[in-house]
Amino acid sequence: MSTHTAEPPAEAPAPPRRRRFGLGDRVFSGLALLAGITIMVALAAVFVFLAVRGSAGLHADSSLYPAAGNFVAYAAKLLFGTVWAAVVAMVFAVPFSIGLALFVSHYAPRWLATPVAYVIDLLAAVPSVIFGLWGLRTLANAMKPVEGWLNAHLGFIPLFSDPLSTSGRSVLVAGLVLAVMIIPITTAICREVFAQTPRLNEEAALALGATRWEMIRYAVFPYARSGVIAGVMLGLGRALGETMAVTFVLGAEDPLVTVKLLTSPSPPTIASNIAQRFQGENTGQQVVLLATGLVLFVFTFAVNFIARWVVARQERKLA
Amino acid sequence: MNTTSLRRAIVPGVAALALAASLAACGSSDDTVSASGDSSSTASTGGAASGLSGKVAAGGSSAQETAQESWRSGFGATNPDVTISYDAVGSGDGRANFISGAYAFAGSDSAMSEDELAQAKSKCGGDVIEVPAFISPIDVFYNLPGVKDLQLSPATVAGIFTGKITTWNDKAIAADNPSVKLPSTKITPVHRSDSSGTTDNFTDWLNKTAPKVWTWEHSSDWPTQVKGGESAEKTSGVTDTVSGTEGMIGYADDSGVHGLKGVGVAKIKVGDSYVAPSADGAAAGLAASKTVSGAPATVLAYDINRTTTDPSTYPVFMASYLIACPTYDDQATADIVKGFLTYAVSEQGQKAAAANAFSAPLPADISAKATQAISTIS
Repeated sequence: MSTHTAEPPAEAPAPPRRRRFGLGDRVFSGLALLAGITIMVALAAVFVFLAVRGSAGLHADSSLYPAAGNFVAYAAKLLFGTVWAAVVAMVFAVPFSIGLALFVSHYAPRWLATPVAYVIDLLAAVPSVIFGLWGLRTLANAMKPVEGWLNAHLGFIPLFSDPLSTSGRSVLVAGLVLAVMIIPITTAICREVFAQTPRLNEEAALALGATRWEMIRYAVFPYARSGVIAGVMLGLGRALGETMAVTFVLGAEDPLVTVKLLTSPSPPTIASNIAQRFQGENTGQQVVLLATGLVLFVFTFAVNFIARWVVARQERKLA
Repeated sequence: MNTTSLRRAIVPGVAALALAASLAACGSSDDTVSASGDSSSTASTGGAASGLSGKVAAGGSSAQETAQESWRSGFGATNPDVTISYDAVGSGDGRANFISGAYAFAGSDSAMSEDELAQAKSKCGGDVIEVPAFISPIDVFYNLPGVKDLQLSPATVAGIFTGKITTWNDKAIAADNPSVKLPSTKITPVHRSDSSGTTDNFTDWLNKTAPKVWTWEHSSDWPTQVKGGESAEKTSGVTDTVSGTEGMIGYADDSGVHGLKGVGVAKIKVGDSYVAPSADGAAAGLAASKTVSGAPATVLAYDINRTTTDPSTYPVFMASYLIACPTYDDQATADIVKGFLTYAVSEQGQKAAAANAFSAPLPADISAKATQAISTIS
């Protein structure tokens, strides 16, 4: 790549042009273009696959839509479960991630910040099946007293009302497991954008008499806002599509709409429903499951698109 | 103005979506990795080589997976040049792929329907061969410290699983267990959340033996109308859930309950006595059942006799089938399928499966009938 950095000075007028269109540059630009196109093609291929194979599932026999009767109701109920579990996860994960990222980038001494950052990144390498088993075997049991306490003291709020899950497995536990899974990705991105705040802005804030928190509020947060939203959206994307952990923890079956956090059976998510039903005896249901996959695909796309649009608008306002 | 901001949003939006989609893909691929059959068990032991060689693809029932592994390794010992793969994709897909020709033979937890038999017949060019090869007792097991030897009648089990019986000291349970002191613990039934042959056979038994309480036909999905209780993914999910919390009761393959700590296995009322699940009982149960009438001679599909009153039988069991064509285009494939299936239903093959998968060996006469049916493969 760096073959033509040692151009003789005699050819002074030529180098910029040559550099721009050197062989290495052309190869690299070609590769980058290829990578970009591959992603777009793969995405389009997934969409086409889901649309073609799933289209029959939009109007199949009503017995193939358990607890619903038609596709719209079935998909809507499943989508509710998906969004609900993701929202619960985000409630735990977002404040925790931002706090953790701030700690690593602005509060912790260097000797502590580096290992903490490593450990968080390692968390992202744990397979989701492991998180699922951990949620099912350990966290669900450990959460039983907490769930009992919530139900006893806050049971008048519909979120925590009866009936309590006997085994401890509930949307609350699933949300916690999902939160642990999305914390690494959200934290990593927040940490990066926090660390990129211009040093001058921070020092200016401090020089004006701001405390450290005020400096973070007035210098770091406005600067990092779009990056934080991007990190949160990536986390949300993972929470929406996560399969195995939710499947293990909830073991949910028929679509269900309830905001109760502590009950079992719980509402299944689109991804966990596909995982559980796809190998079933009734192969006719597969088209319906693929159609719900299409719904998840479109929904995730829309969520990301809207989020980006919001971020872009915010940035323009600030500029 | 608006269009620029939209354009600015599109590019990173697509990128983020792509990442999310790939993450989702990673997540969903987890469940297929373990399912792909591996046939590394064809290690040569230097035994009498049969001269067979070639590759055969098969798949279907995930309940048969362990048994298929033991058959592969047993068959591979004498046929080192044969590679047989078994994809545990589920019974439904197994039958569909067999009919489409992707699998040379299939494993299925339920016998083929008439439609499927007709489709398979036109694909194979003759009546299919369908033989029972894997019998597994289904245990009703519970987590109730201090209570051993629980006895349950079918109506009581149906009452528990429909949510009509809510505490362990309910009159119905007490009537089945006159000499046991039962606690007032809340009872929570656990069923399979995924589609499974275990559920199919369990609900069939409930429907046949307690039709007044359990009014639903057998089905591999837990009936939507049955409320209450909890659900869990796969056999391991049910066993984990039941063993994790006091007061829970569930049903699962005998192999899944074996060696599980902290749970008891209920004896089921058959006739006038209570019978513990056993391989022999399940095998006797199959022997006491009749084959489905009107089926071709090579189809050994059983209509399992759930209402038997013979105390030597245990009627809550699953019979899983092997399905093959009578003829294959390729002689080598025919020889391999014939040889493998013959081994699977043989005494040796059944013993190997029993040792690894805790299944019940086929009764001798059924094994002989199955061998007879398989021998027509050419």
